[in-house]
Amino acid sequence: MGALELSAQIQAGKIGAVETVAKYIRIAKNSRLNTFLAIPEERVLARAKEVQDKIDAGITLSPLAGVPVAVKDNISTEGTETTCASRMLEGYVPVFNATVIDKLEQAGMVVIGKVNMDEFAMGGSSETGYFGAVRNPWDATRVAGGSSGGSAAAVAAMEAPMALGSDTGGSIRQPCAFCGVTGIKPTYGSVSRYGLIAYASSMDQIGVIGTDINDCAALLEIISGPDTRDSTCVTDAPFAFGKENAAKIKIGLPRNYFNDSIDPEIIRAIFMAVKVFEDAGAVVEEFQMPLVDYIVPAYYALSSAEASSNLARFDGLKYGHRATEAKSLSDVYTLSRSQGFGMEVKRRIILGSFVLSSGYYDAYYRKALEIRGMIKEAYNQLFARYDVILAPVAPTTAYKLGENITDPMKMYMADVYTASVNLAGLPAVALPCGFDAQGLPIGMQLIGDAFSEPLLVAAARKYQACTDYHTRKPGVPNL
Amino acid sequence: MKTKWETVIGLEVHAELSTATKIFCACVTRFGAPPNTQSCPVCSGMPGTLPVFNRVVAEYAMKLGLALKCNIADRCKFDRKNYTYPDLPKSYQVSQLYAPICTHGSLEVDAPGGTKSIGIHQIHMEEDAGKLIHDGGHTFMDFNRCGVPLLEIVSKPDMRSADEAVAYLEKLRETLLYLEICDCKMQEGSLRADVNLSIRPVGGPLGIRTETKNLNSFKAIARAIQFETARQIEILEAGGVVTQETRRWDDDQGESYSMRTKEDAQDYRYFPEPDLLPIHIDTAWLARIRETLPEMAHKKRARYIRDLTLSPADAAVLTGHIKISFFFETLAKKSGHPKEAANLIIGEITRLMNKTGILPENLDIDTDKLTTLITLVLGNKINRNAYKDATEAVFLHDADPETYIRERGLLMVSDNAAIEAAVDAVLATNPDAVASYRAGKEKIIGFLIGQVMKKFSGAGSPDLIKELLIQRINETQFIQHENGNG
Repeated sequence: MGALELSAQIQAGKIGAVETVAKYIRIAKNSRLNTFLAIPEERVLARAKEVQDKIDAGITLSPLAGVPVAVKDNISTEGTETTCASRMLEGYVPVFNATVIDKLEQAGMVVIGKVNMDEFAMGGSSETGYFGAVRNPWDATRVAGGSSGGSAAAVAAMEAPMALGSDTGGSIRQPCAFCGVTGIKPTYGSVSRYGLIAYASSMDQIGVIGTDINDCAALLEIISGPDTRDSTCVTDAPFAFGKENAAKIKIGLPRNYFNDSIDPEIIRAIFMAVKVFEDAGAVVEEFQMPLVDYIVPAYYALSSAEASSNLARFDGLKYGHRATEAKSLSDVYTLSRSQGFGMEVKRRIILGSFVLSSGYYDAYYRKALEIRGMIKEAYNQLFARYDVILAPVAPTTAYKLGENITDPMKMYMADVYTASVNLAGLPAVALPCGFDAQGLPIGMQLIGDAFSEPLLVAAARKYQACTDYHTRKPGVPNL
Repeated sequence: MKTKWETVIGLEVHAELSTATKIFCACVTRFGAPPNTQSCPVCSGMPGTLPVFNRVVAEYAMKLGLALKCNIADRCKFDRKNYTYPDLPKSYQVSQLYAPICTHGSLEVDAPGGTKSIGIHQIHMEEDAGKLIHDGGHTFMDFNRCGVPLLEIVSKPDMRSADEAVAYLEKLRETLLYLEICDCKMQEGSLRADVNLSIRPVGGPLGIRTETKNLNSFKAIARAIQFETARQIEILEAGGVVTQETRRWDDDQGESYSMRTKEDAQDYRYFPEPDLLPIHIDTAWLARIRETLPEMAHKKRARYIRDLTLSPADAAVLTGHIKISFFFETLAKKSGHPKEAANLIIGEITRLMNKTGILPENLDIDTDKLTTLITLVLGNKINRNAYKDATEAVFLHDADPETYIRERGLLMVSDNAAIEAAVDAVLATNPDAVASYRAGKEKIIGFLIGQVMKKFSGAGSPDLIKELLIQRINETQFIQHENGNG
């Protein structure tokens, strides 16, 4: 049962909000996937009771009222530990809610807990966190993808009907692909970032994960829209997805994405999806994606630069981890940060500090900014020709835990299909589009022009109306 | 031949803006509040928070930029200056490097050798850091000042002496006060200056400069410049090379010492602040701000001298603070007597302000009441003493001047018959004084005036009484003379 249907039943009085939430808490607590980092059970149940009371009082909340939602642990929740899966923030309890959390609660949704991720959202496998790796629901010896691995795995394993994630270079879409669920990385600025603990501010975007596009669209309607606390956020109204017709859309297919560095089974799945769209009335045309070799270097230069600055505030003084043995101010800084951050975070802080440093700024940071501008321009030209670009999400399906963790370059290169979307601030939808020979999910993405979410949602609806990949579930306990 | 040296000085001035709220959050900016009572998750840099720009800060910067004849950028941006220190909770300061709001201006300064134009390199907006409080071996953090808006005003290296530097700072302070964008209290840190100084042979290429910090008064700045000038000349004359460094001024010792050299200077790793959008300043916005610019001090001074025929010295006093000039202009207009208004402010009001310690910005006197008093004194309805006393009552207690004068019987007696009777009575009872006067001791007239005034409880017109006294003394003298010869 999807989230919309679940809410309809709760609002119709067929199921109780409290019992629903209690059921999900039980499943989540028994998870063997290391998805949840915190489940504040008493608060969650009290909150579910409040929602039930409102529903009983006849107050209309939203189409997702009563639905439990898992929240990535880099999104601030007042009164509930928010760690970014880092030792640095172990025990840190925010004194305010992220804007998206306030919006969820106004809509009558219930945050059931905080879910695991790569440390500070840096990683593509959810293995870099201090609290251990997230496991893939389809094969627990494999990664869930990342960095929103806990969010995607929780939804795939039916530990939560829906989840919030964040996507800076592919961190919603790639775990969705690895776990066989649907996700939306919205246009930069369409969802408030207030309360999202920053990794790379110019690319970070909160987005949604669910079992199908309808649930995702409904949740995006709730969390999108203006926020006076985030000046990079839109000023106009939240999304309202109508019944756009996506049958006659023109789709671009980047032919140079399909070479020998991508799993042939993924290529096959994508081309089957092309066929589905064509059969539904779409026109599909191949094109050469420019600047492909520059995407990953530009992305890592810029995101690491911003990260080096964003993570500088974790100094061991005011909150989070402090080395108890430190005897001087400089010890507090050095020891707390050496102990508090994991290897991948340190790597990016060092890389980012380097590209911004005097004498290297022009050679790296400025050049990366120029490439970013060129990529934006390239997409502008592409969207003059196409409504939607159909592309793979990742070059492989979920790999084994530990398989790539010692090879950062290989991990970085795997972001090649996703990171350009963040550099350009564009929206993209990740959808399950098949399974490989080992039964692992394959994902694709539909990329649109800025604020073209209504069209992307319509195209995704069209696709899911014609396919059933999104309805397939891994062998985990049923509700 | 001995080398003739020239001092080259540039100043970086930080002015804390007197906006009601901080630059990136809604916290208030009042000085002196208990620690951390004026901070929030945004200005204390909690994870996940974002800045939202207070547009009043840009408007204040635009005002100063216009007053200093700068180019105002139609699009400016914020950058992050990265450094780690406990008083900086984000470990970066949001500032402007690549695209500041104001550039290429100048300020006309009354330097010792005449008017001199000092170039303004740029003015940029940034946030202030917090304060560390060291107490009993512990250090506490106070974030009240975090996020208080600052303008950094960077001059060109156009000054050549301590006097010129101080003249520049005085003019800059006057400008900031006139624009009402900064209260310029150096002791509270709302105006701070760093001195960049180098020495060169006259006409030669620029020398290696040092930066001196921790200058808390104009006097300290002048002393630090003199100290640094002498120090660098001494090095150069000994054949040495000045080290590029940042120095800290110790006002008690009267000397500066090295804080850090270029080698351990921080790399601030500036980059564009991704959490804030560029600020677009369109012509309509700029025009709106231009309309709010007040008449600046030097223009006011010229106008007071030219149109109100005040002396240059009086004009200077009245324009010393914009609140005083506003006060003067209101009173001059209401009373219709600029000269009298000027005298009242320069004399009695200034005396009362000094006595009570009330600062110009806190001056709050009812100009209608003072106008009443000016009208009364100029109409010879009250005498100068009564005028002074009533002014004090208005200043201190907001007294109603008419009631005050009536209750104390200060309205001048203008009944000539009554005055003449009193004069005759005084002359009759003080023959010795009359005799002295006649003998040439004309000063004794003051005593006689006082005796007459007493009869009217001080409410007589001294001028009128004096006139009558002299008249009567002369008359009786004539009569006595006649008699004597008769």
